[in-house]
Order: sequence, then structure tokens, then C-alpha cells
Amino acid sequence: MKNEIKDGWVDACAVGDIEPEDVRRFDSGGRTFALYRSNDNKYYATDGLCTHEQVHLADGFVMDHIIECPKHNGRFDFTTGKAQGAPVCVNLQTYPVKVESGRVFIKLG
Amino acid sequence: MSVEISSYDYSLVGKNSKLAEEKGLASAEWYSSPISRKRLKELMQRRDGPAIRDTLIWFALLSLSGFLGYHYWGTWWCVPAFFVYGVLYGSASDSRWHECGHRTAFKTVWMNDVIYEMASFMVLRESTSWRWSHTRHHTDTIIVGRDPEIAVPRPPDLVGIAMAFFSLKSGPKEFHRVFLHCRGRLTDEEATYVPDSERPRVYRVARIWALIYLVTIGLAIYTRSILPLMFIGLPSFYGAWLLVVFGLTQHAGLAENVLDHRLNCRTVYMNPVFRFVYWNMNYHLEHHMFPMVPYHNLPALHAELKADLPKPYNGLWETYREIIPALWQQSKDPTYFVQRQLPPGAKPLPG
Repeated sequence: MKNEIKDGWVDACAVGDIEPEDVRRFDSGGRTFALYRSNDNKYYATDGLCTHEQVHLADGFVMDHIIECPKHNGRFDFTTGKAQGAPVCVNLQTYPVKVESGRVFIKLG
Repeated sequence: MSVEISSYDYSLVGKNSKLAEEKGLASAEWYSSPISRKRLKELMQRRDGPAIRDTLIWFALLSLSGFLGYHYWGTWWCVPAFFVYGVLYGSASDSRWHECGHRTAFKTVWMNDVIYEMASFMVLRESTSWRWSHTRHHTDTIIVGRDPEIAVPRPPDLVGIAMAFFSLKSGPKEFHRVFLHCRGRLTDEEATYVPDSERPRVYRVARIWALIYLVTIGLAIYTRSILPLMFIGLPSFYGAWLLVVFGLTQHAGLAENVLDHRLNCRTVYMNPVFRFVYWNMNYHLEHHMFPMVPYHNLPALHAELKADLPKPYNGLWETYREIIPALWQQSKDPTYFVQRQLPPGAKPLPG
């Protein structure tokens, strides 16, 4: 399904498609992203692949504001993209997210 | 199916390293047994409680056996005391190093990091370089030319394996590395997996280690007794044997160059005492497939996956009845390996 794009905002999913404190994969324009829902029901988006070894973060584990890579347990703060130490050394790119009419939109550059 | 690599060159900077990349074995996608996201999330939940409890028991046993060793020093009673102390120091530290290296043992990050540094020192593996080595081991498990932690390269060096029970090969090698790191240098192989940004930390930790060893040796000279070294330094050698007994069960004699942990890892049922010492790393296949699951949930993960996994081994005896003949056979025919049988109904192999 092609995602609707309006003013650079891409319709990624419905709010209920991601459980609280979880992550979901989202692909658009040949790129892959990770969408997060925090425990306080805020939504965030980052690049979808770990900066260490190109593993999909959507298969990882969310704890508070941390996403842990499923392969080597590398951790990022998904609200800022900041790498939390070895084995990840390079920060994740983050993207603006908004929620409108029950849908989650991600703004891609 | 295993991918053939031409010869048994295990160097990370040799021709098999390039060959593994060309054949798509490096940083490849691995098979995962089916499990629902919901159940996996439950199993991945972190807790501090189990690891705090186990660490307090570990510290208490170390203190008690250490005290008895000190108290009975000069009598035969110190032998069993240091036997226990050595196993707790030189072997139990292996699994603490491992689990805390993954930062899954405790929920609290600093607790993982403190125990990781301590256990690294005890098991004689420099914390930073070995963290990166283990990362590569998980990326390229038993891929020749890529995995720096292949315990039994083919053909097996049977004398070397015997020496490993007391760290007589790895120990001097690690001290050589510490010496290099103290001088601000890495080995060529380490340079392939330790990023530039982490290297100052490698050198700093090596200098701290050197200082601890120098102080301990100084104390031994000053007191004219090896007793200080019985507590720090020597247990990494005389207490390492159980680490090797457990560690060899993980992959020895199994397939190389496959992208399915069911074919190159073992799960071995063990008694509760061994599982305490080994922190459930006997569920090694499950750990490799889902490294985010903490050690205290590995038995539950095993229960979820076992229909899709080869039959587990019922204890060390059954495991070594396979490993010893396999290694003997490999010493004569390095192409030999144990082919694990997947259960009926298991999901097909990738590729």
C-alpha cells in the first residue's frame, strides 16, 4: 500500500497499530524507519536500521525511552537518537512525528 | 547447508575473511524460530532481582571460600577452599562476564557494567576489546575468518584444549595483549573489530589491570608468600577448568559456516548448581537466536522454541559422548562435523 504524503508528512499507521512501549517498522520510498510509542503514549520515529550493523530495530526491545537492537543489544534513546554506548557509537537519525485523526504521520526530509 | 570455505585459516585478516564476505556469510541474516512478538516481549523483560540475588550469593561464596583458604593456609584444608574459590573466580566469572556484557542480566545498566568490568578481570578478558570480540561472535557465529571466538578450530589442537583447562594458552596471550594495550597498541585482529573511538578505553583498562597485578605481585614479594596471588591472578588459571568444561559444549564439533544457530549451537540440560555457576548459558542455542532475553528467562524461552529446535542434550555426560569422538575424528579428518537433526515439523532452513 502506498502511504499518503502531504506537505512532507507521510501517513505511517494508525495510533493503535503500535502498543505502548513498543516499536513498529515502517517502509517508505525505499527506506526503512522505526516508529515508537512510549509508555506515556507519545510517538517517535528514527531510522529503522541500527547504526552498528544494519539490523532492523523494529525487532528490538523498548524499555522506557530506549530501543535495544535485537542483534547485539546496542541501545539508543529513540527520543533523541543518541547512542547509549558500545557496541553502538553512531547516533540514529530522528524524524518529526505528529498524530492527527487517529493516524501517526512522520515527516521525511 | 554449510558453505564451503577452502582451508582452515581462522585468522580474521586472512583469505577466509574475504571469502566469507564474498560468499555472503559475513553480517548475514540468520534463521529465527517462530515466536509471537507478544511472548518475546514478555521474555525480554529485564529485572534486577534475579541477578542481584545471584550476585550476592556469588560474593558470599567467594568471601567464605576465600576466608577459609586464608584461614587454613599452610594446611591441606586450604586446598578444597581454594578449589571452590578458584571455580567461583575463574569459571563463574565467565557467565557473569557474558550476561553483563550483553547488559541483560540486570535491568539497571550500571549494575551490568560494574559486574562486567569485575568479571572481565577475573576471567582474564580485557573488557572493551572482548566486548567487541563477542559482538562479532554474535554477528558471525562460527564463520571461519570472521568469528574471533571459535573455541576449537579444525583440526583440533588436542594439547591446546588440555592446556585451556588451566588457561595456559589463552592466559599468556591475554597478558601479551595487556602489555600491548598498555603501550597504546592493538593486535592486527583486534583492529578489525575494535572501533577507533573505543581504543583509548582499551588502553586505559589495560593500565588499570597492570597496576592491580603489579600491586599484587609486590605484595607477594613483600610478604614472601604466593598467598596474595592465590586471591588475585592465579585463580584465573587454577579455577578456569569448569569454564572450559561448560564452554566446549556451546559449539565444539558442530558445523561451521552455516546461518542457522540450530546447526552450530547446543542446548544442554544441567542441574541447578551448574546453572547457577553458568547463569543458564547451557541454553546456548536460544541465547544466540534471541540475545535480548535475560538469562533468568532462557528456560522459558527454551520451552517456547523447543519444537523447532534439535533435541537438547541430557547433561554433560551425553554431550561429551558426542564432543570427544567428534574432536578426535576432526583431528584426523578436519572436514568432519556433527550434523544436528532438526525435529519433524521444524521450520525449513533458510536459503
